[in-house]
Amino acid sequence: MFFIGVAGFIIRRNLITILMSIELMLNAVNINFLAINRYLYPDQLHGHFFAIFVVAIAAAEASLVIALVIHIYRKFRTIDVDQVADMRF
Amino acid sequence: MNLHEIVFIICSAVILVFALMTILSRRILRSATYLLFVLLATAGAYAWLEYQFMAAIQIALYAGGIMVIIIFSILLTHHIHHKSKSFPLSKILTGFGLALLTAGTSIYVILEHDFKYKEAEKMEVDIETIGNHLISTGRDGYSLPFEVISLLLLAVLIGAIIIAKKDKPLNEQEN
Repeated sequence: MFFIGVAGFIIRRNLITILMSIELMLNAVNINFLAINRYLYPDQLHGHFFAIFVVAIAAAEASLVIALVIHIYRKFRTIDVDQVADMRF
Repeated sequence: MNLHEIVFIICSAVILVFALMTILSRRILRSATYLLFVLLATAGAYAWLEYQFMAAIQIALYAGGIMVIIIFSILLTHHIHHKSKSFPLSKILTGFGLALLTAGTSIYVILEHDFKYKEAEKMEVDIETIGNHLISTGRDGYSLPFEVISLLLLAVLIGAIIIAKKDKPLNEQEN
């Protein structure tokens, strides 16, 4: 799932779809953490807590990305990454 | 092939198929719907791993919080019936080529590695234990990341409000 997210991140031109690919990557990493916690270290809970923190940080980061997207839309009237190209040299 | 394995295969097949359809769909609201299915299937995978608390958090936060934010932003900034242009071939080749290359490397390394199964069969995942670990400051305590995350959420809240605020026009600011 992680690499599907990476492919999606590269292919898509719409900012919100890029955000969705990032969420795919984060979820894949979460599954990895919990699976290793369950099968390799069943008496400790470190992976479980890391997964909780990853979910919390992903929620915070998604809200910030949406705030940025709204601002960009107000300025450029589009959310295409090829057209929001003010800082390209 | 007992039921345990069959449920795992169904869960992971749903996750993979819908993840692929998320990134390859040309209509953005359909991508959001497929992502919602991916998140629900991931919660099912967590419940299959016997981490019911994590499954509940996944549904409440991800499927019920982040997906709502994404759908809001799609409706605010987009023409829904607008089908996006088909992807240029160079980008598809780069994206999938890179993904397949790195996926192949990762899968090869994972299959070559012999994981050692620890035979300590103590699984202690009820909510009382989670709460104790989250607040304790001893050896397995997680109170420091807990407090830091609360600070982070405060910063994100303030930052998001400031970023998305409407700027006053300039002549009003000079008065």
